[in-house]
Amino acid sequence: MEDIPPYPPIDPTTFDLIVIGTGLPESIIAAAASTASKSVLHLDPNPFYGSHFSSLPLADLPSFLSTHSTSPSPPRSRSSEDSNEFSVLDLCTRPLYSSIDISVFSPDLLDQNSRKFNLDVAGPRVFFCADKSIELILNTGANQYMEFKSIDATFVGDNKGNLLNVPDSRAAIFKDKSLGLMEKNQLMRFFKLVQGHMAGEQDVKISDEDLQSPFVDFLNKMGLPPKIKSFILYAIAMADYDQEDTGVCRDLLKTKDGIDQLALYNASIGRFQNASGALLYPIYGQGELSQAFCRRAAVKGCIYVLRMPVTALLVDKDSGCYKGVRLASGQDIFSQKLILDPTFKVTLPSGSSPPSPLQAKLPFFSQKDDRGKIARGICITMTSLKPDMSNFLVVYPPRSLFPEQATSIRLLQIASNLAVCPPGMFVLYISALCNDDDQGKKLIHAVVNILLTVPPINSESNAAVQSETAESGCAVQDENAESSSTGPSDPGEGKPTLLWSALYNQELTLGQDDFICSTPMPDGKLNYDDLIDAAVKLFKKIYPEDEFFPQTSSENPEDEDDGDGDGDVSLET
Amino acid sequence: MHGRPRKASKPEDEAASTAKAQKLRALQTQFFSFHHSKIYTKEAVELSAKLLEINPESYTAWNYRKLAVEHYLSQPDCNPESVKSVLDDELRVVESALRQNFKSYGAWHHRKWVLSKGHSSIDHELRLLDKFQKADSRNFHAWNYRRFVAELMNRSEKDELKYTEDMIYTNFSNYSAWHNRSVLLSALLEKKAEGFLLKENLLPEEYEFIHQAIFTDPDDQSGWFYHLWLLDQTVTTDHPLLVSTWPAHGSDVFLVGDRCQNGSFSPFTTVLSDSGSFPIVLYFNQPVKGVSSSTVIIECGFNKNEELLWEPLSVSNLQTAQVWVAHLKFPTSELDSSVEISVGYSKEIVSPRGSQYSHPSTFSFKVHVQPVERDSSRVSVAENILWREENFKAYRAQSEESIPIVSFDQLCIKNGHESTPIVSFDQLCIKNGHESTASNWQTEALAKEVECFRELLSLMDCKIGKLTLARLLTAYDVMSFPFANKLDEYSSVLLRKMTSSEESLLQHCFQYKDSVSSAIGNPICLRLNNLSLSRIRAFERLLWVQILDLSHNELESIEGLEAMQLLYGLSLGNNKLRSLTALEPLRKLKSLRVLDLSYNQIGDHSIDTTRYLCSSPLSHSAGSELNDVALINYWEAFYMFKDLKLNQLDIVGNTVADEKFKSVLVKIMPSLKRLDGQLLD
Repeated sequence: MEDIPPYPPIDPTTFDLIVIGTGLPESIIAAAASTASKSVLHLDPNPFYGSHFSSLPLADLPSFLSTHSTSPSPPRSRSSEDSNEFSVLDLCTRPLYSSIDISVFSPDLLDQNSRKFNLDVAGPRVFFCADKSIELILNTGANQYMEFKSIDATFVGDNKGNLLNVPDSRAAIFKDKSLGLMEKNQLMRFFKLVQGHMAGEQDVKISDEDLQSPFVDFLNKMGLPPKIKSFILYAIAMADYDQEDTGVCRDLLKTKDGIDQLALYNASIGRFQNASGALLYPIYGQGELSQAFCRRAAVKGCIYVLRMPVTALLVDKDSGCYKGVRLASGQDIFSQKLILDPTFKVTLPSGSSPPSPLQAKLPFFSQKDDRGKIARGICITMTSLKPDMSNFLVVYPPRSLFPEQATSIRLLQIASNLAVCPPGMFVLYISALCNDDDQGKKLIHAVVNILLTVPPINSESNAAVQSETAESGCAVQDENAESSSTGPSDPGEGKPTLLWSALYNQELTLGQDDFICSTPMPDGKLNYDDLIDAAVKLFKKIYPEDEFFPQTSSENPEDEDDGDGDGDVSLET
Repeated sequence: MHGRPRKASKPEDEAASTAKAQKLRALQTQFFSFHHSKIYTKEAVELSAKLLEINPESYTAWNYRKLAVEHYLSQPDCNPESVKSVLDDELRVVESALRQNFKSYGAWHHRKWVLSKGHSSIDHELRLLDKFQKADSRNFHAWNYRRFVAELMNRSEKDELKYTEDMIYTNFSNYSAWHNRSVLLSALLEKKAEGFLLKENLLPEEYEFIHQAIFTDPDDQSGWFYHLWLLDQTVTTDHPLLVSTWPAHGSDVFLVGDRCQNGSFSPFTTVLSDSGSFPIVLYFNQPVKGVSSSTVIIECGFNKNEELLWEPLSVSNLQTAQVWVAHLKFPTSELDSSVEISVGYSKEIVSPRGSQYSHPSTFSFKVHVQPVERDSSRVSVAENILWREENFKAYRAQSEESIPIVSFDQLCIKNGHESTPIVSFDQLCIKNGHESTASNWQTEALAKEVECFRELLSLMDCKIGKLTLARLLTAYDVMSFPFANKLDEYSSVLLRKMTSSEESLLQHCFQYKDSVSSAIGNPICLRLNNLSLSRIRAFERLLWVQILDLSHNELESIEGLEAMQLLYGLSLGNNKLRSLTALEPLRKLKSLRVLDLSYNQIGDHSIDTTRYLCSSPLSHSAGSELNDVALINYWEAFYMFKDLKLNQLDIVGNTVADEKFKSVLVKIMPSLKRLDGQLLD
């Protein structure tokens, strides 16, 4: 950002709302505000849509991650000059990613195809066919900008590299080969109980007492065997933390929430004609979602300016209230409201004493939350983990890989038929919640080592990459050596070979709605429901009088797909 | 359509249906006028198509179209091209009618009719079916039509089975799919297609498959129905088999004629109506029908096949029996002849379930007729039997007396083996290699099912599960231990054991000799007394027995005893027989002369549980020998004994046996010489 390109001036200079960053929550708010007839300016310093929710070409991902991993540069004096009316508060980025570890094992192959990748920064992510994000997409008409395919199956992995099918529906239970007859019966009866409960049948009502109890206690009470319990908790209800170890569990699932998750899963199966399972993935990657809402906003008059960094906020000298932003072009733009990407934080100008009202507000704004991190990994292979399947989810429940594993590790394999990689390749997204970088690395490596063959790095071309990430690169090697001594010794016995990987830890920054509204970072969930809730909350905060996407059509959204045969799911309205 | 909730009709729907009705009426009127005047012009035919499109149920219109097609085909100017287009039109009309209502019987039938004209693209039919079966996988019309098409195009059953399986995997609540599976498997088994040769390999897999459905959702009934079919397939004995015969294959039968002797000298000769014949007994593994002179062919020098009358030895059903008997007449003159009997010459011998007798078998034996000079001592032997311990001597194989030329009646039978009274032991019953293994897998399969459903019921309360378990247990009991209780099981095991080897059987063989008779002429007596038997089994090995002592047992029933056609003397003393009607099997024993029923419980119980099996006196017009009062009061006695030619009966020690009863017995059986040891005048 040394030589700032010439930016065209923006006209008009006053808006109802300025949104900085085109991540999903920002895009939704921009679209909602535009729909509520607000004038909105939507800015993004990046040349692409989606910010931390984007899907990037292979070559662009490492630079994006590293840009957001460094500590802020000291504020430039030029932008901190106060004008007569305003105090100028410099914006700087905060480090959001850490221990980034890019390993290239097959540089030639990938160089030729870099542009053919659309790698999700916030993977693994999927949609449940009946979740809030799909409802929102249908309600807002954003579905016209997106197409989906069904995720073929969900598996539970074990520490021997086996993937067990998750019997998530009646037909799947019937077909399942690993469950015993008794287990099938118990599981189906449990599903029926949940269905009956959701349908409000009196004789199968789950008592309030049970609903308030931990879900795991309820499952125990139902007498479900450990295997099925694990399926339900981690592969269907998608619990993050070990539910049976209250010491490490930060999020003990209540029965009520567990049942809601199961109901969501159940409602998702068979909702759309071409979708066989409960889960969907968008063609061209998850970045499409943010972009769809941006398009939606643009249709309603929102103005978009990409490649436009914002350098500072302008606040009223007397009241300390937000007035506007100063762009990298030097232009000042004013608005009533501001929504800020979690990338940025506000720093006080050094030397000058800010007005007192501002001082009172700022410490809170820059406060760091203590939600831990999420470890993410992206791996590229030439062969599928399951020979006969392309797109699927794998869950490693807590303690399934090693005794100290406190959180679920999830892996999503996406194939080229979803246009995220060149034909014949597969992208694996892995994530797990963790407390610190070491723990995160250990979790991701455990999965990589059990499922993939990690080739030794010895080519010259890797040296540069290696030097950057020497420590973590070695860690992969070490772990691999360990596992190969205990596990199967032959590296070529069917395990896909790793071509490229990016492992990184991401801060779980929450949204703020105090002095300045800022949006949250991608969370540790599989779908976007919590993020959408956060977006709605922010919208309500800035526009308490306006409806969030007023319902326009009452029509049943899930009309039959016209069935063009290639298995695409288009959510027709 | 399955699984779609019915919607309440809206006012505009009603208006639409009124309009539709009006249009329909107009069309119909016009259509009928065309139909009645047999007008088959293009316009008229199109009108019927329009009518059917709105109302596919109008079967008159379908028939009209058939007539129209026939009319067209009879035209002189029709050529293959135009025929094709006419039939194509028909298929199109059917398709659009089906789109309106894909459960229209008329439409599906019409399509079959068109196809039967030899025209259609079968691939197109399958595509159409796929569409309909995707829309509603449980549409039985489509499934029916699918079977029709599959047969027409000779699509392999295996392909269809695969299709059925796919449909089941999509949703296993599908009666039609399960039904189709049963139809296809039956066909494959019948054909003995590769991989479908043996039920014992196929059925366990099918059980495994259906368990997945039943356990996943026991509330779904379709799976249970398929299970019921499997159970039926399991318990059905594949095909009837001939298990045992008398005379046995390869045996020698000595017949000693005594016809010319003076009747006062030998009382038997005078009473027998079927003198000069001996029985041939066929013992099957299950009841069969259709045994006749056309299905069983006898070749011998002295008797014509057509003259043989095969009788079923059955208590309940006259048409079906496990044991069949025919009486072969033999000449009085000296004769050595061999007899060959072929069973299953035609395929008319079938089980009640329709399984054919498919193992045609032939057996042969030799008959020796020797008129014997009788002396008085020898003849008096068998006139009566005193069931006393001292009169029975253990049979010794090496005994010089063991050349058992036996004589009673005019029938003297000796089974060829010089050293034993029995035919070579192995010939006693026909060994069917696959029979024993067959029953093994069946009981194993059933035992597994029983265990499986016990487990299911331990998990949950399920009515149909309980019913199925009951069915399984019943089937299992019938198959492995065909008896009502533990005692029966004991009896069966004991009898099987005793008859399992020649040695063990000989231990129960005795020779009768009392103070007035020598042992030489008497047949071997099989003594199964004092064994706590509650049932008699293993008849297939006992067909040769002429004197049988079953006294001091716990018999309540003598079911199956009718198979022992050679039986001459029988002791049932000191058992638990409760009624005269329980003796029904005795009515089939034409040779029986000596019977001991003493010390049973006949008459103890006012309620006779076997009574309903007998014909009622009211439906019977026999019995002129008795006055009506005696007939009604002693109906059972009359019914049981009137056809028996007993000369010795012991009935003492039964409640029923008072003086009046005895006097009735004497009247019923003029042949009786001794009653309870008393010589009668």
